[in-house]
Amino acid sequence: MTPLIRRATRFLTAHVDAPLLGAVLLLLALGLIVIFSGSNQNPLRVTTQAANMLVALGVMYAFANIPPHYLMRAALPTYVLGVLLLVSVALFGDVVHGARRWLHLGVTRIQPSEIMKIAVPLMLAWYFDRYEATLRAKNYFIAAVLLIVPVALIARQPDLGTALLVFAAGSYALFLAGLSWRVVIGLAAACVSAVPFAWPLLHDYQRQRILTLFDPMQDPLGSGYHIIQSTIAVGSGGVMGKGWLQGTQTHLDFIPERTTDFIFAVYSEEFGLLGNTLLLFLFLVVTARGLMITGNAPTLFTRLLAGAVTLTFFTYAFVNMGMVSGILPVVGVPLPLISYGGTSLVTICLGLGILMSIQTHKKLVQS
Amino acid sequence: MSELTINPGVELRNSRLELYRFRLRLALASAFVLGMFCLLFARFFYLQVLQHEHYDTLAEANRISIVPIVPNRGIIVDRNGVVLAHNYSAYTLEITPSKAGDVGALVDELATVIEITPKDRRRFKKLTEESKSFDSLPIRTRLSDEEIARFAANHYRFPGVEINARLFRQYPQGELFSHVVGHIGRINQREVEQLETDGLDANYRGTDYIGKTGLEQRYETHLHGTTGVEQVEVDSGGRAVRTLSRLAPVSGNNLVLKLDAGLQEVADRAFGNRRGALVAIEPATGGVLAFVSKPGFDPNLFVEGIDPLNWKELNESPDRPMVNRALAGTYPPGSTFKPYMALAALTYGKRRPDQAISDPGFFNFGGHTFRDDKVGGHGLVDMYKSIVVSCDTYYYMLANDLGIDNIARFMRLLGFGSRTGIDINGEAAGILPSQEWKMRRFKQKWYAGETVSVAIGQGYNAYTPLQLAQAMATLASGQLSPPHIVDYIENITTRSRTAADAPPPRPLEVSPEHLRVIRQALVGVNQEGTGARAFAGASYVSAGKTGTSQVIALKQGERYVEGRTAERHRDHALFIAYAPADAPRIALAVVVENAGFGARAAAPIARQVLDYYLLGKQPAAPKPVQDNGDDTAD
Repeated sequence: MTPLIRRATRFLTAHVDAPLLGAVLLLLALGLIVIFSGSNQNPLRVTTQAANMLVALGVMYAFANIPPHYLMRAALPTYVLGVLLLVSVALFGDVVHGARRWLHLGVTRIQPSEIMKIAVPLMLAWYFDRYEATLRAKNYFIAAVLLIVPVALIARQPDLGTALLVFAAGSYALFLAGLSWRVVIGLAAACVSAVPFAWPLLHDYQRQRILTLFDPMQDPLGSGYHIIQSTIAVGSGGVMGKGWLQGTQTHLDFIPERTTDFIFAVYSEEFGLLGNTLLLFLFLVVTARGLMITGNAPTLFTRLLAGAVTLTFFTYAFVNMGMVSGILPVVGVPLPLISYGGTSLVTICLGLGILMSIQTHKKLVQS
Repeated sequence: MSELTINPGVELRNSRLELYRFRLRLALASAFVLGMFCLLFARFFYLQVLQHEHYDTLAEANRISIVPIVPNRGIIVDRNGVVLAHNYSAYTLEITPSKAGDVGALVDELATVIEITPKDRRRFKKLTEESKSFDSLPIRTRLSDEEIARFAANHYRFPGVEINARLFRQYPQGELFSHVVGHIGRINQREVEQLETDGLDANYRGTDYIGKTGLEQRYETHLHGTTGVEQVEVDSGGRAVRTLSRLAPVSGNNLVLKLDAGLQEVADRAFGNRRGALVAIEPATGGVLAFVSKPGFDPNLFVEGIDPLNWKELNESPDRPMVNRALAGTYPPGSTFKPYMALAALTYGKRRPDQAISDPGFFNFGGHTFRDDKVGGHGLVDMYKSIVVSCDTYYYMLANDLGIDNIARFMRLLGFGSRTGIDINGEAAGILPSQEWKMRRFKQKWYAGETVSVAIGQGYNAYTPLQLAQAMATLASGQLSPPHIVDYIENITTRSRTAADAPPPRPLEVSPEHLRVIRQALVGVNQEGTGARAFAGASYVSAGKTGTSQVIALKQGERYVEGRTAERHRDHALFIAYAPADAPRIALAVVVENAGFGARAAAPIARQVLDYYLLGKQPAAPKPVQDNGDDTAD
């Protein structure tokens, strides 16, 4: 009996990466605790998010069990479908809060830009893998176009946060695929010098956010308000924090979007530098494990995919915490695994599931 | 797996170098990640350790809370200033479940101090299920001074329970306007999302109620007003210490209606406890004077959240009081369709007014016998007589001379079968049958025999009482003025009035001579025809037409006998009218469900309404109508 159970357990958990899963579960638990506080102790928010988590973990498990070569086959169709959906959003999408992001599909609405967070690295990894033997400058150029098209469509919606994450995911893939150093440095220089030209292309509110970053006091009740208040929340948390459910900034309504984009301010106020260090550590564990998986991945496809997914996860965390603590402009990027909301949670867990799959199917390939 | 192992020999050479280069780049990326996390940590250290005192002082000082002040909702009055919806201030006993602990025990305990009925408990239970636990929810409203004093003395025993002064919506006319004015109710999740989508959520902070039906719903944006803001200094527990600044709320606008409350009441009373609908319109403007759907319900039940028992009763009543019959009920028009059919025949040149037929009392078409109500027929019938005595055979014969598509084309001009665009939501379009409609609806072709039924207002025909009234008003005035209920919107601070946007009238494109013929016949109906009994002795000249519409189809050759038919399957009684005939001030349509002949059940209601509106005459106590069979021709 017992060996049978043991074999069954081994079979069921064969594709789960324990370190990754452990860190993810800790982060999710932390998320529920903070959401309860940030939502003014609304149990409904917590149970809804717990349900989202179950779905997301299910997706993660499912993807962990899909061998990478299946993903490879899905790369091109997923990407093409994603771009088509983005085009239809641009043509027929619903406008919510002034941005055209949602697409009605009969019963439900979807946000196709979310798909691209996975579809773009998948596509680029597939593309480079396909031309692995004969990679030339031309291939990098085509890959760059494959990246820019969806990013431009998403940025037009406008959804700067998502565009940024998709762009980051693709850029990491390009970089890891061996984009010439001259081009990397050249692009970096070009970006810096392009700022004066890109400036007029930004929306007013986007420009305002960037200006605010340099001097939040110039508009203390308008766009600077959020940054001032979230910085106060973080700073007043001190080393030990004010204690769970005790944050005055949080509970007196000074922090906006307390369960979503600004949840880190709530966490930071109530748990202080100690809590922040724990959170940074957990994010570092996930990222480091991801990079290890990347380094040991058997094929170019899996290496690029794992690398891009891992570094995107890091970007999520870095951009969100940087925004809340006032070193980056306000862009709509959630704190991964912590912020309330099902869509981004599922996307992130899907990426982590892919990492697990790459790690656990490697042995089968080598043997 | 095959993709992963192609050409192992060829790639082996390169791959070691490739892997080395890849790992180099990966190491750089790792260093970047670590560097960025260090940067974040440095930032946290700076904020939380080096600058902690500075930010802590800021947070301490940061005790200004923004409190919304809910505006007064606009009131609704009729054309004479009679109040149909207003607000009153009352003290309520409210519980915040998240602060209260065991709510059930708390309510039991409260009941020892203040009377709490089982109905209050049920209502409260339903509210808690629908709301968030940190919302403050009313368990009792309209506390007396004595109750307030008693609670105040015992306040310490009840954490999470408070007395608040709140504004409540009240509908002083009760049932009378339930289907026009509608009612408000607590904002639900779907409405929250809609408000967010529309960018109105900020203005609804602090507001618990929103218009759910009728004018309350349609004119929500006008009635709600602008929420004010109070900046309050709070202590570390969040309790208000003093007010720093105050931006007063702006009350919602008032609605002044075209409706006449007195007329509405007369009409409502005339129905007694029969089911049905009545719509009265001012022909020149399209202003709605009375809008009755019977039975109604008490909208006040919904204001504080309806108690489940009442809700069940309203929903499960076979009389369906929640259905707005005037707006969404569709009925075959019966013989009230005939004057329009006659006008169509004149307009398309299919009949002259003096052209007469000989009526044997039946009409054979395609192997089917269509019967007239009068056995033996009406003899020689011209257009005037066809309307006055309501001769079916005349219209059976006319049906296929016109053809279904001509009928549909003409009736559309009068507004049949399309929404009138009245200013309440939930209007039904009705059915104006045509060849194209039948193909679309049933994927079948039209049969000429069906046109014969349509010609006397039966068959697929189905229109709302509102459409029937609109068509009558159009015939009376010669132009279609789309009906509307609100006359103007009044800003209570500036007293400025904005006319509600009513669509412009459309002239009815028929010859005035033809209109005159039909109007004359309608006057004849009330003087010497099927409406004469109901209008005997009237001191004004009115025009009208009776109608009876079948609820169930009769078998070939079967005759309708009222006593033998189940009450719910009895015919609907209809009457349309306008008056005075030479300069119409009011046009109306009445439908009385399952009441039999229009002349007997519906026309007397119209008479009472016209008497009141034109003469100011209050109807005498309702007298039973006796049945002596001679006004049943229809």
